[in-house]
Order: sequence, then C-alpha cells, then structure tokens
Amino acid sequence: MANQPDNKQKPEVTKVLLEEIIDSPSKKKGRSGTGQAILIPILAVLTGLIIGAVIIALTTEDVYKAFALSFGDGLGAAWKAISTSYEALFKGAFGDPARIIAALQGDNPIELRRAVNPFLESLVVATPYIFAGLAVAVAFRSGLFSIGAEGQIFIGATAATFVGYSIKGLPPYIHMPLAFLAGAAAGALWGFVPGWLKAKTGGSEVINTIMVNWITFRLTEWLLTGPMQRPGSGGVPLSPFIEKSAEIPQFFDKPIRFHLGFFIALAVAFLVYYFLFKTTWGYNLRTVGANPNAARYAGMNIVTSTIVAMSISGALAGMAGANEILALNRTLALGFSPGFGFDAIALALLGNSNPIGVVLAALLFGFLRSGATRMMLATGIPIDIISILQALIIIFIAAPAIIRTIYRLRAPKIEDRVVVKTGWGGK
Amino acid sequence: MAPVLQLKSITKRFPGVLANDHIDLTLQQGEILALLGENGAGKTTLMNILYGLYQPDEGEIWVREKKISVHSPTDAIRAGIGMVHQHFMLIPVFTVTENVMLGEESLRYGDFLDRPKAAARIREISTKYGLEVDPDTYIRDLPVGVQQRVEIIKLLYREADILIFDEPTAVLTPQEADELFEIMRLLVKQGKSIIFITHKLREVLEVADRIMVIRRGAVVGETTPKDADREKLAAMMVGRAVNLEVEKESATPGDVVLEVRDLEVANDQKQIMVEGVSFEIRAGEILGLAGVQGNGQTELVDAITGMRRPTSGSIRLLGETVTYATPRKFTEMGSAHVPEDRQKDGLVLSFSIADNLILNTYYKEPFARGVIRQEKAILANAERLIEQFDVRTPGPLIHVGALSGGNQQKVIVARELSRPIKLLVASQPTRGLDVGSIEYIHSQIVKKRDEGCAVLVASSELDEIMELSDRIAVMYRGKIIAIVNAGEVTKQEVGLLMAGVQIDLTDAGRKKGRVKVESTF
Repeated sequence: MANQPDNKQKPEVTKVLLEEIIDSPSKKKGRSGTGQAILIPILAVLTGLIIGAVIIALTTEDVYKAFALSFGDGLGAAWKAISTSYEALFKGAFGDPARIIAALQGDNPIELRRAVNPFLESLVVATPYIFAGLAVAVAFRSGLFSIGAEGQIFIGATAATFVGYSIKGLPPYIHMPLAFLAGAAAGALWGFVPGWLKAKTGGSEVINTIMVNWITFRLTEWLLTGPMQRPGSGGVPLSPFIEKSAEIPQFFDKPIRFHLGFFIALAVAFLVYYFLFKTTWGYNLRTVGANPNAARYAGMNIVTSTIVAMSISGALAGMAGANEILALNRTLALGFSPGFGFDAIALALLGNSNPIGVVLAALLFGFLRSGATRMMLATGIPIDIISILQALIIIFIAAPAIIRTIYRLRAPKIEDRVVVKTGWGGK
Repeated sequence: MAPVLQLKSITKRFPGVLANDHIDLTLQQGEILALLGENGAGKTTLMNILYGLYQPDEGEIWVREKKISVHSPTDAIRAGIGMVHQHFMLIPVFTVTENVMLGEESLRYGDFLDRPKAAARIREISTKYGLEVDPDTYIRDLPVGVQQRVEIIKLLYREADILIFDEPTAVLTPQEADELFEIMRLLVKQGKSIIFITHKLREVLEVADRIMVIRRGAVVGETTPKDADREKLAAMMVGRAVNLEVEKESATPGDVVLEVRDLEVANDQKQIMVEGVSFEIRAGEILGLAGVQGNGQTELVDAITGMRRPTSGSIRLLGETVTYATPRKFTEMGSAHVPEDRQKDGLVLSFSIADNLILNTYYKEPFARGVIRQEKAILANAERLIEQFDVRTPGPLIHVGALSGGNQQKVIVARELSRPIKLLVASQPTRGLDVGSIEYIHSQIVKKRDEGCAVLVASSELDEIMELSDRIAVMYRGKIIAIVNAGEVTKQEVGLLMAGVQIDLTDAGRKKGRVKVESTF
C-alpha cells in the first residue's frame, strides 16, 4: 500500500515498450501463455497475408473492370489477382514444386540447382536479417532499445571492405575470417560508444544510436568519395573490389548466390542463444534487462553489462554488413543496405528477442522479400506490397490485443502483468 | 447544525474480506475528522467508496441532507467532495497553473487557454488559505510538500468543500507535515470540512477535532483528542493482539556481527534520512528496527546492504569495514538481504523460480563452472528449496510473476536463508502476506537466529517487531531514539516511541540506554 512515490522516477517509454513486447510475463504465463507467444506471431503473419490479399485486389485494375461487369466477375477477377500473386510469391520464395519434383526425377544436377534456386536465394536474403535481428535481440534482452544496427552495418561493411581490398597476399582461410571479424570489431566499437554514453552519462541509447547512425552514413559517404574511392571510378562512390582471398565463398556457379555466410549466421545464432541462456554473462545481461533494480540488488554491475550488451549487439550488426560485402557485393557502394538495421528492429520483436525466433523471423522476411521480386515480375504487383505486409505483421505483434480480438483468444489476466514502476534505474 | 456529509451503513465486501462492515460516519461543517486505523483496516476502501472509485454493496451517502450516488470521481467532485491522494496525480512537465486547470480549463478567444485568469484565481486561493505556491513553476521543480499544496489547490479551484486527505503525511518530511497541519486548520477555519485518514497517533491528536477508530472494517469507537491519549488510541486501534506467537527460546547472543557507528544516509532527493545512527547486532540475536514508515529505516537498511552509499559514519561486518562496499561484497561476506519491495528489488518477475533462486549466487559453484551455467544444479537447487520452503508452485520453471505474493516472498526467503549466512537483514519480511505465510517466515527467521545468525528485522508492523525481536531499536525522524530489550517493554510503549513520544518510566533500570527525545508538540 503505502509505497513512497519516488519523485525521481522517469518512466522511460522505450523501457515500458520493451517490457511490454519482449519479456512480458503475460506471454509466458503457464501453458496458455507460452502457447500464445508462438500462436500470436503465426496468426499475425496469417492476418497480414489476408489483408495483403485485399490490398492486392484493391490495387489491381482488372478487378475494378470486372466488378463493372458483374459482382460475380469482380469476385472472380479478385480471386485471380490474389491467387496469381500469392502463387508467384510462393514460387519466388520456395521455387516451383512441379519443377523441383521433375528435376529430382531427372538426372540433371544443374537443372535441380536452378529449380531450388528461389529457395536458396531466400536464404541468401535472410542471412543479413539473421545477423541484424540477433544484434537488436541482444540489445532488447539487455533492456536497451538500440536503433543503431543500421549504422553498425554500415561501419561493419566499411571495415570488412577495407581489410578485404587493402591487405593482399593472405591465404583465404586467414583473409576472409579477418575481414569478417574486422566488420564485427568495427560494429562492436560502434555499439560500445552509445553503450558507454548510456552507462556513464545516462544519455538515452535511442537518441545516441540514431545520432551515431547519421555520423556513420556521412562518414561512409566521405570515405567512398575520398580515401576509399576506387581509382578510376569516375567520381562514383564505390570502393575497390575486395581480394579474392577475402570473399565468403558461394557454393554454386552463377546465378546461384547461396553462400557460406548463411551457415555462419546460423552458427552465430546458436552462439548468441548459448551466450544469452547458458552462460552467467547472458544471465547477467538478461537480469539487467528485465529488472535493473534486482540486478543491482544481486550485485551485478549495470554499467559494465550495458556496455558489453551494446558492444555485442554492435558486433553482430557489423557481421551483417561484412557478410553482404564479402559474400555478395564484393565492393562497398552507398546503397548496399535496403535498411536491414531498421527491419531488424521489427524482426527482433517478431522473434520475441529469442535467437531461435529471430532466425525464424529472418527466414520469413527472406522468403517474403525474395518471393516478392518474382511476384513483381510475374504480376506487376510492386515489391512495396511486402513492406506493407511486414508493417501489418509488426503492428499485430506489437498490439496483440488486435489478434486476440479477431481470433477470440483469452487475454492474460491483468494481475499477472508486470506494472513497470520505474525506468532504467537512473544508474 | 446539519452535517455536511453522512455515510449510512456502508458495507463493502471483497472476495474473502469484509472491508467495510456497516460503517456510519458523520462530518460536521468546519471540523477535522480523523479516521484512525491500522493498515488494511478499511479506511482507504471507505474513502474510495465516497470518492466513487468503488461501489458499496450496501449503504447510502448523504451530502447536505441530500442522498447522492457516486459512480465516479466526477460525481464526487460535483458534490463538493475532493480527495488528496497518497500518490499525487500531477503532471511533472506542466506548470502549477496548467495542472490546476486541467479538466477545468478556462478559455479565451475561443479555444485558447486563459492561463492568466487561472493563475489569478490560484493566487487568490493561495492567499486565502495560506497555500504558498508560484503558479508559474513546473511541478517537477517543486518539493513533495509543495506538490501536495498544489493538489489541495486543485480541489479548492473546483470548489470542493469536503476534503479527504488519504495518509497525507506518508510522503512528507516531519517539517512539511507540520506545515500541512497549519494549512488544514486554516481550511476548516474558512468553512471547509476535512476527513483525515491516518494511522499516526501524534498527528491525530495534533489536528483532529474528532477521532473515529476503525478496526477490521468496522467502527470500534469515537473520541476526541481531549478525551483520548496515545495509549488509549493505540489500544482502540490495535485491539486485542493477533494470536501469532512465535515459538522461541531466549536468545544467546555471541560475538558482534554488525557494528554501525554514527551513520548518516541521504535519500535520492539528498535529504538526510538517517542521522547519527549507531547500533550493533550480535550473533544469535534478532534486533527489531521499529518505526513509522519514512523515518529512515529504508535508507538505513539500504546502507547496511550496500544498496546505498552512506554520507558519513561507518559499518563493520565481522570486523571488516564495509561502509562503502557493494551489494556483492556484502553477499560474499555472508550477509543476506530480504528487500523491502520484493517485486522491485528482490525478484525478476519474468524469470523462472529456478533462475530467481540463484539471483545473487549465479556465478558461483555449483550453479556455474567458469561462465557456463550448470542447468542441472540450478534445477536441483530449485526443486530442493521449493520442497524445503514449501513454495506452492506447479514447478521450478514457472515464472515468479505467476506466483502469489506469499509464495514470491517464500522464494526470496528460500534464496537468502538457504545460504550459509552470518547476517540476515529482512525488511518488511511479511508485508501484505496472509497469516500462514507470516507464521512460516517468522519461524524461519527464528531458526536462522538459533543457528547463530545475527538478524535485523525492519518492520512498520509493531506486532511483528514485538514477536520476533530480542532487542528493539526504534527509529524516529532519522534517529534511533531508543534501544530496548524486547521483554522489558510493552507494545504500547514501543508504539509511543515510534510516534516520537518520550515515555516517563519510573523504573530506573529500564531507562538505561534510552535517549531523551524532544517532544514534538
């Protein structure tokens, strides 16, 4: 009852948000709670696809023409638009089942590879999302709302590129890991700075990381038009190509881009999972993230764990940047990231900030993005529909009440929810 | 004269509790009626009914001889009833004026706020009732006492004439409390009527015109400050003692475990909350730290557990100086801490019971080897402690937030008491718990004492202090004003000490060790 109101308490919006979406016990409550933690993302995706279907129908001209004739024709045209779009999306994401089966029965390995290429391409697209999603997940788990992944991806890519082209004559088994780790290290440094600012000065990590992002974008621009510019590029902001020895190998001939980076991402996801849930350091970070007061009571060092968490997060994002350069682009150009770092925030939410969930969410994004490319070619539906779909899914994840209302799921009991009484603890 | 407010036979039941049992209350114009009772006696429930936050199961509310129904605070305000809550309802980034006019905005030129007009009325109110405040300051820049004045102004601005103060002094410094009483007297002189809810005897006797005592949801008596004294009020309030005797032998104190000298501790607002406190606790004894909440116990406990840096003085644990040691240092030296706010400090609600049971030893054998968690050991530990401390849960992997308050507390007690410890600091160890859990936790604390552990129990529940302690230290306004042997004092005497009253005891032997306290009157 008679709790003394703490005058200094500053309920931090981001903190409340974090508690609400990542670790709210309501999601974990008993059996039904755990079920909902899995059920809600699935239903969110499903609902997103349904609404996406409506949008496809509404934006197809033929549908309007058909409705002008008769209602039945209209429905038929709508169905046709939706089914061809989603069929193309599916084939683009996973490949054409008929073709794969035929290729399996046939004896031509090249045809088989081509048939499964859409699926492999989806994995290629998912790879940077895995790294970046893990980066954000680690920060979220540690109670930090980091927006810095995009900048860390840029700096990671820049560092990997630099090591990739400037050092010559190294064997691949040294040069490639070195370039990759250079990307991770640069990202870690880029996480360390806002982490240090947060821990030592209390400056909000949200603001710090956004500002660091801007600095990084401009820094990369300057590097690409100055010290790192490819000689003879004619003023185009491009870096030199990396050495062959620094490349992350692709497994097959062109046009199949499937590469080792995907497996590195899976291995890193496993390591992050192990770190978070099976080591004392991870326990420390998660405690600080879930309840900084209890962490202090338990003798944990909040300053250290904030800095460590941000550095690890930065390193993972740096890997995403390094992966894109070393495995795919082989040169640094300004527009190499379509916003992986920002999508990663949504991804971490979708994956409940759990490495396994993040991998699954990244795969989903990969399938959607990669499938949408084919959908655009086949049906003329712009690829942007996928951004709308992603946005819808995230809205449903962030506002689970919508999903619960639609599907009549029982809400967790009020008294089981944590009321966030304090902010970050001001320490 | 007709009463301004009458409550007739108000009854409110909560599942398993009769919170208000046919309560009748009459408030006359221009008087301060004190509603006195222990925590959980039903005072706040009654006022929440009056304020429209709860609906009564039975009973009627009459204002100026007219029966009204109150379904929301808006109805209450319309009837002229205003409430100053324990926790202020102010917006820190708004000015005083903006806060006061919120919901009752005066406008000019159509949709623009007329701040000058509102500010003028605030100045008028503040002069009339002696509520000094600058309408243009931001709430966040005001001390707590002044924020409370703003709350009062808010009510007067809405022309409330029945004012309810719910434990208004709980958040105030003693000086601020004195100022508040001045304001209250002035308010009734100007024709307002006040209901003053409290469990502090000194305050009741100081400002009330009439005193109504509530115990367990029912009115047990009515008196006036003239006819009552502290002893009588305490007896009325507490009633017969709850039969919850702890089985315990007399203590056999050993060596000094904790030694505190001239300790001074400030709170987050840099106010000195603990001033020149010295005491020691020996192995095998329980020292009870008694006092009304907010007299420095929280800060003292924080300091001797490493949660707060003292501003001066020294703390020695087992002969080693630990004045500025970290919580981990205390834990490593064999000190255990049951924190005052279990959900804020003591537990991570989203973690499993197993993970909460290793909260401060997670990095040690057998729970970790190097940096690798040993899941089997963590789980085995949880299963053992759940069994041993009778935590009611479907399993060790259930998250703690899903447990009842009593079982949450058992998780903390299990974690802290299962270690080989030399000192146990337990703050409000049974707050809000049911009788069964209280009994259990008390017996565990006594068991720890008998094993040779030094124990400090800080509690605002006098019964708890009386039952558990071998010696009792009473804190009042940041100082320990008396340390007495538990067997040599009565509950009433400790209660009076808690209220800052010096007792004139003729028995010379019992006076030993007692510090003289200046009367607050």
